[in-house]
Amino acid sequence: MAYLTCKDLNIGYEGTPVAEGLSFSVSAGECLVVLGENGAGKSTLVRTLLRLIRPLSGEMLTGDDLGKNEIGYLPQQTEFQRDFPASVEEIVLSGTLPKHPFSPFYGKEQRQTAKANMMLMNVYDMRKKSFRNLSGGQKQRVLLARALCATERLLLLDEPVSGLDPKVTAEFYQLTSDLVKNGIAVIMVSHDLHSALEIATHVLHIGSRKQLFYGTREEYLASGLGKTFEEGGASE
Amino acid sequence: MNTITDSLEMLKLYLQQGFVIRALIVGLLVALCASLLGVILVLKRYSFIGDGLSHVAFGAMAAASVLQLANQNILILPVTVLTAVFLLTYSRKMKLNGDAAVAMVSVGALAIGYLLMNRFKTGPNVSGDVCSTLFGSTSILTLETSDVIFSLIMAVIVVVSFLLFYHKIFAVTFDEIFAESCGMKTRFLNLFIAAIIAVIVVMGMNLVGSLLISALIIFPALSGMRIIGNFKGVVIFSAVSSSFCAVMGVLLSILFGTPVGATIVAVDLGLFLICALLGVVLHRG
Repeated sequence: MAYLTCKDLNIGYEGTPVAEGLSFSVSAGECLVVLGENGAGKSTLVRTLLRLIRPLSGEMLTGDDLGKNEIGYLPQQTEFQRDFPASVEEIVLSGTLPKHPFSPFYGKEQRQTAKANMMLMNVYDMRKKSFRNLSGGQKQRVLLARALCATERLLLLDEPVSGLDPKVTAEFYQLTSDLVKNGIAVIMVSHDLHSALEIATHVLHIGSRKQLFYGTREEYLASGLGKTFEEGGASE
Repeated sequence: MNTITDSLEMLKLYLQQGFVIRALIVGLLVALCASLLGVILVLKRYSFIGDGLSHVAFGAMAAASVLQLANQNILILPVTVLTAVFLLTYSRKMKLNGDAAVAMVSVGALAIGYLLMNRFKTGPNVSGDVCSTLFGSTSILTLETSDVIFSLIMAVIVVVSFLLFYHKIFAVTFDEIFAESCGMKTRFLNLFIAAIIAVIVVMGMNLVGSLLISALIIFPALSGMRIIGNFKGVVIFSAVSSSFCAVMGVLLSILFGTPVGATIVAVDLGLFLICALLGVVLHRG
């Protein structure tokens, strides 16, 4: 069964729909790329998937014993304060909190989880460094390590490469694609069609307040929808 | 040379007085609590809330003295706590007007408080009363043992709950959406933080007065952020430096006969300037 299945989901704020009729699912080892222009409802979908807001109607089901809040979130870069004093280690460790909600101190197991994920994301050597002094690519790897501490099953990446240069973007996609190959399910929101499609296994395309496409990457490429999106994007 | 030895002699004499010891203890405790909460407020971009709350506390105090309540805290504390809860939780929903809401509540309460004190004269010297509530009176030097015990209990509560919730406080302060998406009870934590801030503001009014309490809240955290790059370091630095500045401030004000509140804030400001300078040097190096 899929980790997450959405059926005929209508999303929006306070009764006003932003996007309607979304039906899709994500399973282990899949990378679902969510495409759409600005205002198509991508951010609303992210907030709904994080359960910060309720869907207006429709179903959102978790499978395979995935907990309701078991989702590792990588927020957009712009949401961080530039001068926040926090070390890499402090940030990654905070990702282990949801699994141990009642202990006031970090246990051995939490420290080991954090260490393993810092090694995996290649940020262990900079664990004492301050987050505010890192480069864009390094910050993303730290936040990905934190997300992996929260869950090793389902990740939600919100515009993860915006503001990164092409070389760092390629590295980030490589890391993500390795995670997917290892059986993690990834939902990635993007407005950058080209490179995102390289690692996608499935595509959800929303526009004009409804679902335009959901299917595999191959079907999407064959549909020609990508082409119109690209042209629309270029004229922005 | 003589003046220094004279001053030291005078200090020795004062330190044998009970009221000086009590002032030092209460000053240190309030400064310690304010600095811990200050780290959260500054990083959550809520620096102005301390300021707003202190004005509300001033308004409530004016109302309490008009009503001639025996224990003014019965009115001041609940009003301030409720305002804090309102500002920290609901102003987030009216996101665009968050800072405007604080400013509005703040000046509104100040005006009402002054009006009440002026209209229903409670003492022979209204402007003197107003001035001492705003800038802190000499009341810190007339503290009773019961005030010390009250401060001690509050400080223990603040420090213990800060330690117990330390990691959650970090998570919510650094990235509230991530914390909430993991199922953390961020709403409860915010309410809790709001309540404690209100209590500290009310405690601090005696010490530095309601205009200057927000200095005790923001300066230590800002100083720490200039020179330290991790959360734990900033918290420890704030707590230690704030306590030090409070003690220095009380001692200096006794020695030179200056107003207690303003002296403490001046010491805090001095430390901030040193840290800001150090920060520039460190970043270059």
